Amino acid sequence: MTGFGSFALRRLVGAVVTLFAISVIIYVVFYATPGNVAQITCGPRCSPAQVHQVAQQLRLDDPLWSRYWHFLEGIVVGQDYSTGTSVAHCSAPCLGLSYQTGQQVTQIILTKLPVSLSLVAGAMVIWLVLGVGTGVLSAWRRGRPTERALTAVTLAGLSTPVFVIGLVLMIVVCGQLQLLPFPQYVALTDDPEQWAWNLLLPWLSLALVEAAVFTRLTRASMLETLAEDHIRTFRAYGVGERSIVGRHALRGALAPVIALNANDVGSAVGGAVLTETLFGLPGIGQELVHAVSVVDLPVVVGMVLVIGFCVVIANAVADVLYAVADRRVVLV
Amino acid sequence: MSLVEVTGLTVGFGSLKAVDGLSFRLERGGALALVGESGSGKSTVASALLGLHRGTGARVGGSVLVAGTDVERATDEELRRLRGGTAAMVFQDPLSALDPYYAIGDQIAEVHRVHHRVSRRAARARAVEVLDRVGIPDARRRARSRPHEFSGGMRQRALIAMALACEPQLLIADEPTTALDVTVQAQILDLLHTLREETGMGLLLVTHDVGVAAESVDEVLVMRHGRAVEHGPVGTVLGAPRAAYTRELLGAVPRVDAPRAVPGQAGDEIVLEATGLRREFGRGKRRFAAVDDVSLTVRRGETLGIVGESGSGKTTLGRMLVGLLAPTQGAVRHDGRPHTGVNPAVQMVFQDPVSSLNPRRSVGESIADPLRARGERDEARIRGRVRELLERVGLEGAHYDRYPHEFSGGQRQRVGIARALAADPRVIVCDEPVSALDVTTQAQVVALLGELQRELGLALVFVAHDLAVVRQVSDRVAVMRRGRIVEEGPADEVYESPKDPYTEQLLAAVPALDPQAAARRRTARRELAA
Amino acid sequence: MSEAALSAATAAGTDPSVPAVSGARLFWRRLRTQRAALVAAAVVALLVLVALAAPLLTAIEGQDPTTYHPSLVDSARGGVPIGPFGGVSGAHWLGVEPQTGRDLFARLVYGARVSLGVALAATLVQVALGVLVGVASALGNRWVDQILSRLSDIIVAMPLMIMALALLAIVPNGFPRPVLVALVIGLIAWGSIAKIVRAQTLTLKELDHVSAARLSGWNTWQIARRELLPGIAAPVITYAALLVPANITVEAALSFLGVGVKPPTPSWGQMLTSANVWYQAAPQYLLLPAGALFVTLVALTVLGDGVRTALDPRSASRLRVGTGRRNETKAADAQGGSTPSGASGSTAPTAPTAPTVPAPSVPTGSTPAAGGSTAGKEGPA
Repeated sequence: MTGFGSFALRRLVGAVVTLFAISVIIYVVFYATPGNVAQITCGPRCSPAQVHQVAQQLRLDDPLWSRYWHFLEGIVVGQDYSTGTSVAHCSAPCLGLSYQTGQQVTQIILTKLPVSLSLVAGAMVIWLVLGVGTGVLSAWRRGRPTERALTAVTLAGLSTPVFVIGLVLMIVVCGQLQLLPFPQYVALTDDPEQWAWNLLLPWLSLALVEAAVFTRLTRASMLETLAEDHIRTFRAYGVGERSIVGRHALRGALAPVIALNANDVGSAVGGAVLTETLFGLPGIGQELVHAVSVVDLPVVVGMVLVIGFCVVIANAVADVLYAVADRRVVLV
Repeated sequence: MSLVEVTGLTVGFGSLKAVDGLSFRLERGGALALVGESGSGKSTVASALLGLHRGTGARVGGSVLVAGTDVERATDEELRRLRGGTAAMVFQDPLSALDPYYAIGDQIAEVHRVHHRVSRRAARARAVEVLDRVGIPDARRRARSRPHEFSGGMRQRALIAMALACEPQLLIADEPTTALDVTVQAQILDLLHTLREETGMGLLLVTHDVGVAAESVDEVLVMRHGRAVEHGPVGTVLGAPRAAYTRELLGAVPRVDAPRAVPGQAGDEIVLEATGLRREFGRGKRRFAAVDDVSLTVRRGETLGIVGESGSGKTTLGRMLVGLLAPTQGAVRHDGRPHTGVNPAVQMVFQDPVSSLNPRRSVGESIADPLRARGERDEARIRGRVRELLERVGLEGAHYDRYPHEFSGGQRQRVGIARALAADPRVIVCDEPVSALDVTTQAQVVALLGELQRELGLALVFVAHDLAVVRQVSDRVAVMRRGRIVEEGPADEVYESPKDPYTEQLLAAVPALDPQAAARRRTARRELAA
Repeated sequence: MSEAALSAATAAGTDPSVPAVSGARLFWRRLRTQRAALVAAAVVALLVLVALAAPLLTAIEGQDPTTYHPSLVDSARGGVPIGPFGGVSGAHWLGVEPQTGRDLFARLVYGARVSLGVALAATLVQVALGVLVGVASALGNRWVDQILSRLSDIIVAMPLMIMALALLAIVPNGFPRPVLVALVIGLIAWGSIAKIVRAQTLTLKELDHVSAARLSGWNTWQIARRELLPGIAAPVITYAALLVPANITVEAALSFLGVGVKPPTPSWGQMLTSANVWYQAAPQYLLLPAGALFVTLVALTVLGDGVRTALDPRSASRLRVGTGRRNETKAADAQGGSTPSGASGSTAPTAPTAPTVPAPSVPTGSTPAAGGSTAGKEGPA
């Protein structure tokens, strides 16, 4: 137990260090680049006076480390923004202010977050069930027609980018067959049924690609476990194939699947950006693409930071889960 | 009806014929050992008794009857009943043979329930009972442990318990002690013996180790190339072998009670000296000393044997002696001069003939390494020298351009020796150089090392777990336990009149080749334990 | 992410003891036996040829990818191409783009240039960085290893798509865009390969033949070159073969979002941006780039599997997607059953668990990460 506690603690400390390092890298990349940082931050349409103000806000005359410290301080304790005429207070956690819209980045993220969460969480359920299920089936029916069919489908899934699957689904289901209306986001709290119906296609687009990845991994890791010595032991004692596959092989194959799922969060977020843009879902991804296209730097940086943080934390949690699932850690 | 009746069994994999027309019988309650070197097909026979080749693509011919069931013609359901219920198998590597994710008691209970219609609860109780039976202390609590929480010996006991749980008529043990230390091996063999006496089940033991067979069975079948070479009562086969191969095999088995045939000519020069060596691993709480305060000297022309069980620190010591590993404390002197890091004058021969040669380079290139590293550029001279070395170790000069996979284990070990010799060393540290080899190959490699020593005045440090092999090659012996040398002295003294109780214990555990001696020693061990 | 999770996703690189006789010949011999991989290789070769010969092909057609043909679209109907099948004619083999009337065939073949070029260049950057960092990390002292491993962790943790989007937003427009996209992908997504290389190098480093090379008197650099680099080549090539399709997907996704390759340079992803508007009037405007992407990705994935099978037959049978060789697993099982239990010795050396390098998942390459067992830098030998 103590071994596990200290592992979890160490992993947590590791995650904090990583978060810190990510913030440094992001700060350096975006705020210490050659070129007129104030102009880029403020946006292309800012007047020289506004640019000057932004330069002061960012303390561009100070040395780099002190600027970074100021940036961190802003995140942790909040910061006041003077826009020339008025002073806006941005309370902690403050990720900055969009000079183009005057909105606080934290606010933008908070309003968009439920959409993205709905999308990713729902899709994750689908891809895990679908991916692990077909993976197990494919390992079990090795060498039979079922496996060959699944293999072909998996290959197709792996070879189709999210936005192509999404496009095709949208055109076929909503356009040609008119089975569903073009998706429009409805909040879960407003109408759960409509929420699910409208998210169905985005979920499927995001989940199908990921599911293919999981099918492949689950199959591989099942087959690897099935080749292990202890499986031979149970065969040599007359234990039935159903129990061997369903109980022993699946248990052994689970750990890598958990690990991959964690590592896949980053990839899923990327897929979510595409899905949101394609289906016009007002989530973080769509907002990010918009901010990138109009070069709204504070929004871009804030979102990158938040997404990076989420991924790091998801990874840390998964590592701990993995340790629980792994044979070497004595816990369960 | 015999318990096992094998008639004209053949098993083929692809173009390879692993078993070729083998016939034998085992009566109820009898014990038979299949003895053979690697590739003799002995394990394949064991698998065939349980029909484990079914569905793997292997071609099986002939007939196998186990307690009246025709294994090849049995339905899947009959086969399932046979497996475990009639005949239970104990595998070689007890760690990988158990599911790492489930408690040992649950695994035994699961197997038990395959053959007995009982409740989960009753099956668990049965698991505890058999675990207790095989000598797991505090079985009720330990039944809830998972395999990695058990020691190697305890895992092997647990596997035997799993077999017992189904009350089989036949126990098939496939190299059941190969992964274990010699003292633990003795315990497991004693356990098998006791269980057999008590339950009256038959035993089919598969082993490469003639000593293990002598300890455990009534009858021996010597196998080679998938065929029976000799078959008879254990005393006759081991005492008065008729077949030439059996004689060769027995002749190659190192004896723990025979001194070194040709003693080394120890000079006065101390070529290798270690003082107060200590090596720690890990950090924080996990810090431990693998080697602790070890001092030794090696003179020109002599062999120092270092013997110890797994985890005794002997390999770590060996690597420090050649400079591959830096000591935490203490110093190594080569030819009287303190030395850190590697030194071409002190070479090593490694254990694993697979990983010790780069699979992507020809053996000639590997042997030429020390020459090139020394700055030799003349290709003709390099080739000439390598050719010479290859021939010296009993290979052909023309093998220069061959790759490691084209050689057998023993040949690769010869290549490793040639590579060490290329550096013109004064000392060669051999780390378990023969433990991965069959006994006949083993004897050849040991003989080669002895010849080279005499010819070149080499000092050898021979690190091994096998007490008999160490005696066979050493002039002096150091016994290691938990990082320390517990006893050191001339080989004959250490083996004939050990002073340390641990040395005594080790020697008592070495299997004897004579079945009667084995029985006497078993009784002695029992008395020692009681 | 930590090594625990990584080592889960896979074990370390390829089995170092697999004899790779003269590597290239054996590789080719094994690849040749896989029909699907050969077909895939042919398709990839054809695509590369088309990309290289794009100017020639368009010259034969007599078109170029950037010229507008307003006369070929019906501006009254919003720019729908005039004529059957989206304006297919002898002059425009695959029709024209809606609204602009640019030649679709020319844009498609020039798009292949961008797709393949960007993906290959990005892969090269990833492999170079990954091998450098991975080897340095495995061979360096504890601090070097700590810092570089941490750095790889961070790089792996950063979602590729997001970082690429953000980075591409701030770089000035003057830079040639395809080069920029390749650089950005390459510089962000080398973490996994660094981890694989580190793990594999650590495994190899512990092998006796590397110790023997040290005892021969070679220095670290010579050992790295002779003993280690050939050993990491197989997993690196295997992984790189999977990175290429992943990078193609990322480039297409970025261009689809409008931040990758910018007009007028054609790119398949970019062509799909407005395809959903035109699918009824000009279905080939959607189908051509989507189909091109699909075929390219399938071919590269199957080829990647073939490469893996050829380099490491043992693991490949488990991950195989399209390639044949169904009996392989069976044969392996049979052999497992027949393996003669080795001679004596403490634990007999068994081959390390086969690697399972999962395919880099689409669309960000940040996922798969084979790699690295925690393989401590030291331990009782």
